[in-house]
Amino acid sequence: MELSARFRSAVAFAGQYPLLAGADLDVGTGEILVLRGANGAGKTSLLRALAGLLPLFAGEAMVLGLDPTVDARRLRPQVGLLGHHNGLYEELSAEQNVRFAVAAARLPKGRAGEALDRVGLTGRLASVPVAKLSAGQRRRVALAALLARRPPLWLLDEPHAGLDAENRELLDQVLKEVASFGGTVVLASHDERTWDALATRAVTMSGGAVLDGVLPTPEGSGPAMGQAVELRKALEGLEGLPDLPDLPDAPDLPDAPDLPDAPDVHDVHHVHEATGGQLHQAVPEEVTNVA
Amino acid sequence: MWRDAWVIAGKDLRIEARSKVALNQLGPYAIVVLLIFGFAFDQDRPLLTQAAPGLFWVGVVFSGVLAVQRSLGIESADGALDNLRLSRLEPAGIFLGKTVAVALQLVVLELLLAFGVVVLFHSELAGAGLLLASGLVSALGVAAAGVAYATVSSGLRARETLLPLLLVPVLAPIVLSATEAWRSALGLSAADGWRWLGLLSCFTAIYVAGGVVCFGSLMEET
Amino acid sequence: MRSSRVPSHALLSRALGWSALAALAVDAWWGLWVSPPDVVQGQFVRMLYVHPAVATMCYAGFGLCAVASIAWLWPRLRSPRWDRLAVAGAEVGAVFCAATLITGSIWGRASWGVWWTWDARLTLTAILFALSLGYLALRRAIATPSARATVSSMVALLMALTVVVDHYATDWFVTLHQGETLPVPSPTVHGWQLATMLESFVAFGLLFAWLVVHRYRMETLEERYDAGAYTLALRSRRSEGGSVAAGLTVAAKHTTPAVVLPGAGAGAGAGTGTGTGTLGGAAASSVSAQRTVEVPAR
Repeated sequence: MELSARFRSAVAFAGQYPLLAGADLDVGTGEILVLRGANGAGKTSLLRALAGLLPLFAGEAMVLGLDPTVDARRLRPQVGLLGHHNGLYEELSAEQNVRFAVAAARLPKGRAGEALDRVGLTGRLASVPVAKLSAGQRRRVALAALLARRPPLWLLDEPHAGLDAENRELLDQVLKEVASFGGTVVLASHDERTWDALATRAVTMSGGAVLDGVLPTPEGSGPAMGQAVELRKALEGLEGLPDLPDLPDAPDLPDAPDLPDAPDVHDVHHVHEATGGQLHQAVPEEVTNVA
Repeated sequence: MWRDAWVIAGKDLRIEARSKVALNQLGPYAIVVLLIFGFAFDQDRPLLTQAAPGLFWVGVVFSGVLAVQRSLGIESADGALDNLRLSRLEPAGIFLGKTVAVALQLVVLELLLAFGVVVLFHSELAGAGLLLASGLVSALGVAAAGVAYATVSSGLRARETLLPLLLVPVLAPIVLSATEAWRSALGLSAADGWRWLGLLSCFTAIYVAGGVVCFGSLMEET
Repeated sequence: MRSSRVPSHALLSRALGWSALAALAVDAWWGLWVSPPDVVQGQFVRMLYVHPAVATMCYAGFGLCAVASIAWLWPRLRSPRWDRLAVAGAEVGAVFCAATLITGSIWGRASWGVWWTWDARLTLTAILFALSLGYLALRRAIATPSARATVSSMVALLMALTVVVDHYATDWFVTLHQGETLPVPSPTVHGWQLATMLESFVAFGLLFAWLVVHRYRMETLEERYDAGAYTLALRSRRSEGGSVAAGLTVAAKHTTPAVVLPGAGAGAGAGTGTGTGTLGGAAASSVSAQRTVEVPAR
């Protein structure tokens, strides 16, 4: 299967907190891939990394033939992202919002009207300020903005959250159409109905890694991988330093208990104390809600 | 780049036209600032007239900080900044568009403040050319520096308090030059106001050029 | 990595430190005893042996910061050592800027009768100080190292511009502050005053260099510590999940100490000192090979 995206051992940080801790993922073209996983597993971060919005600290990545860390400027216009927020301007109407999205993508203006028609926002609904629309209607506006752009890769973060049955139906229809026209869809979702009804494939995320994301490929095939070369070069440079005074030896750490399938997180606390307690700063407040 | 700037400026101004924040909130705020100056100086009329140019520009700075916070706030309110990053708009164009939109709002606020200064501090406006020119140029300079710094701080914690700390020292040269230009125009000092306008234009040009060059990096997540 | 001889880096900083101390002592001796009082200013001229040197080192600090920032921004030259140098220069520059304002204020009180006046040079120096505080606040607010370096580099360039205007302020504007004391070829001070003033530049220059070297080293040590913290953070993150897929080895360059925990089923861990840590978890998935994830320090 042709691949739209491939990650190998992708690591991404927010400050000192690892959003992605070695993610491996293959995404085939034309499939609807669902990311499952608990809150905080890294689903949102993976979607942002696919969009080229989250630079990778380490690992290899390829999205639509481009390296998302180095070639982000070329990659981003080909990606559509629908996150927890809709990305709309509340004071403007639905039509103005979609028209702006179309102009920002340097596409012909007519696309805006078509997209709004497709999602069923016409007439009065299209011309009141978005602030007056319901949550479901706002989602539809955001969906229309995506539709108007028609990017080859769609990334959606819990798109069904808060939608009633009618809107869910519309969303599913649209996504299936996208896939049938050769677009690729990756969505993060908690919703089991989605997994059954919509997805062609599902993977699970946990602890910043994807557990079963790799597709089997015949030996020797596979697209060329972009290395985060520029990033690496930028981050190298500790060689050639003058000698520093010796650091104290690592303190003896207590033996870790036998690790079952779920490793004991309490291990970390022993190390935590031994390293002087800095680790508790590793989770900044603003990332606690990142899925 | 210019086309992108036009798209962004148009969008921002349309939002302002609908929401009228600058008119309904920043304008009264600027007047209130002038009133507080009046109270603080205990209605010492000669002092207020002498100090009017400086107080005017301080009022512009205070309003300017809020104006740029608002300009970036509409992007971060619903996560629209991500959409800007994903669009085909050039960052330099986004910067210029936002800067022009804020500058236009600042010009309106300046007119309001000038009116306030005449009424409350009994200034007599003279040397209109110099006043006008320095008003326009500094609106652009304040907007440029403000949009750049507001973008940086919009993604950070404690952004509301960080922005003034970052921005106000940067605006100091503009305030300085503009105040001197106005004092010269109003006959309060013997200095050559047009030379100060020249210095003001230099700083404005530096801030605008700096923003155009750097905005791409500033827009990335911090 | 224990060696019996003192590393060259430590030798340099020790030499700098002791010679700075000696030179400052000489400056104090000449300044307070040997050199004569001034015709006009009397004893207050002795500030000449502190204030100009301190002010020059303030410029040097921000100048260093600006050069290092340009080097960071330059695509081919980019390296974390420039960022470390930039913050070292900026912090030391800020300290010297504060010292400039304080010594200047004292001297101003003595010779002009006021603690402060709003002339161009003093105002610009105050603006410079405020800008440097903004620079440091910005650095504290941004967590990602590369973004922090890029954004603060841009602010550093603005500080450099202010330094240039500040330096020429006494020429370009009508100011209360005296003009250049040392225009070559005819300086306005002579004899012991000139000698002491020049010596003060040497003394404070050595002090400046010593402070920058130490601040740079502090930054490097912090970076090394961070690299270790990244390793631990990655492990902790991986272990958050349920069944963990594969053991993940993180090689962090130049990191000591290594964190080695016996993992069930993993091979004998790497020894200390090579800088690898084995992230735990049983290897229990279809993709069984251990993959090395390079975590460059930063």
